[in-house]
Amino acid sequence: MNTDPSKSISEKESYKRKKRFFTALDLMALPGIIYLIINNYIPMGGLFIAFKKIDFAKGIFASDWVGFQNFKFLFRSSDAAVILRNTLLYNLAFIVLNCVCGIAVGLFLNEIRNKLAKKFYQTAILLPQLISIIIVAYITYGFLASETGFVNNHILKAMGKAAVNFYSKPAYWPFFLIFIHIWKTIGYNSIIYFSSIISVDKSLYESAEIDGANRFQQITKITLPLIKPIAITLTLMACGRIFYSDFGLFYQVPMNSGPLYATTNTIDTYVYRALLQLNDIGMSSAAGFFQSIVGFCLIMIVNGIVRKISPENALY
Amino acid sequence: MEEESIRKIRSRSERILLIISHAVLIFMSFTAIVPFLLLISSSLTSEAELVRTGYSFWPKEWSIDAYRYVFVTNWKNIGRSYLITMMNTVIGTTLSLFITSLLGYVLSRRDYNKRAILSFFVFFTMLFNGGLVPTYISYTRIWHIKNTFAAYILPGMLMNAFNVMLMKSYFTMNIHPALIEAAKIDGASEGTIYRKIVMPLSLPILATIGLMIGINFWNDWQNPLYYITKQNMWSLQSLLNRILSSIQTLSQMADKMGGMTANMPSTSARMAIAVIGVLPILVLYPFFQKYFVKGISLGGVKE
Repeated sequence: MNTDPSKSISEKESYKRKKRFFTALDLMALPGIIYLIINNYIPMGGLFIAFKKIDFAKGIFASDWVGFQNFKFLFRSSDAAVILRNTLLYNLAFIVLNCVCGIAVGLFLNEIRNKLAKKFYQTAILLPQLISIIIVAYITYGFLASETGFVNNHILKAMGKAAVNFYSKPAYWPFFLIFIHIWKTIGYNSIIYFSSIISVDKSLYESAEIDGANRFQQITKITLPLIKPIAITLTLMACGRIFYSDFGLFYQVPMNSGPLYATTNTIDTYVYRALLQLNDIGMSSAAGFFQSIVGFCLIMIVNGIVRKISPENALY
Repeated sequence: MEEESIRKIRSRSERILLIISHAVLIFMSFTAIVPFLLLISSSLTSEAELVRTGYSFWPKEWSIDAYRYVFVTNWKNIGRSYLITMMNTVIGTTLSLFITSLLGYVLSRRDYNKRAILSFFVFFTMLFNGGLVPTYISYTRIWHIKNTFAAYILPGMLMNAFNVMLMKSYFTMNIHPALIEAAKIDGASEGTIYRKIVMPLSLPILATIGLMIGINFWNDWQNPLYYITKQNMWSLQSLLNRILSSIQTLSQMADKMGGMTANMPSTSARMAIAVIGVLPILVLYPFFQKYFVKGISLGGVKE
């Protein structure tokens, strides 16, 4: 880096600056560094509590080491299988649908020539992304409540069917939660794909047109192959987070309803309930530890793969 | 002749696709907007009508009782929550933009001697995290933020590595090192350079990221769920959260006691509170839509 402009000032001065141990730039980075230590690094160091039986009377460090006991309890319980299954299956559904729907809607948006219409569609489908999941839970309740809900009062009744108490029937919820997730995130996903679709070189379409390719052929032969790398990358990155779930979606939208746990309990809702509602630090920290470590390994693996197939999209 | 037919086929396929695109996008826009209409119409339905026929898009009996309840009867609590949410959003967003841009700027400086190690320090937090349990314990046992206003701003909200990286790549691409060198030769300190040169040149990215951060603060309900138990400190989202779960218990009680909620507009009032919670976002959204879309595409396309 001979052209580095920092070298262009007199050697003496840059030498003087280098010798000072603590510079103005260090000072400017300091608030951010302190925050990351408090918010991220201390909790990372705190992962060891999964191997302890925490007793706040003794203090965290003086509490007894119990080896893998917390993990044994966790994985022997019937909850472990349920939360793992739910977390993985929901994420699989989300990953596939986010990719397919995101690309499809991105392609449709790209077809629209009318600027005003395009802006309207973008604005509308992004709207659910903006609101908190609590509001989504209120709206869901408006539709699904057993006595006052719209579905029971105006749809099922009109069809001559009996009212359904949705908040105690777990079988319906995989459909509801997947629908709500897609409803909330489709705007975001489609815009990410849309922005990579519009970056495709226009001259490719022009020459394809001269060769007589119709619009469908242009999409399947030009657009899709060119956005494949970004689709693969986003999908792989999502796979790296397959043990994480959207706490709000699974906790607020089903209104923390006990009868629904069979299809709504995920690792994140389990950790929260075990920690703050049952005060079971052992089980919750074991589940959290599992999530952190497995999550880290998956991210590393996934990033390794991405680096092979499309290095410019890798995390590092 | 042959060329003519090719063009016909082409324009037909294009037209079919255009019609399908419009149809799908109209349907999706409809699906995105309609649920909000149910929320709004529910809040404007009379309580008696709600008990009789439930939430509907076009109630037979309109009423503003719910809003009277929100703005008059119970404004003391709801207004306070509103104020708390606004303060959190303003203070949180300002602080967050400040430390995020500072760190991003330092990382973008090619002449910074600890650049590599600091980049790794920031980046590593994107790969690995301690999770809820150690975070909760350290914030409550070491920093004692339970039931303080810091609980709204500190845990997980103030800064994240992703935004630091976005800022960093913006600075790297848009602020030429020669500019900084020139200012230094003129005797400007690092602080002055950041304030007088870097910040004014970075208004677009500050607006975009600030908007994302602001929405996050406005919508956050998790921090108060974990750390705030005092009722007089609830933000709007945490008020909504408690009402969501306590009306549930109310409706269970009402089942046993035979509809005791008939007099208070509780069923429509909760919807009215939800409406005033999203209203600022819904009203401002058309104006900031451009920045929002830009923020999303920034996240998708890395440096």
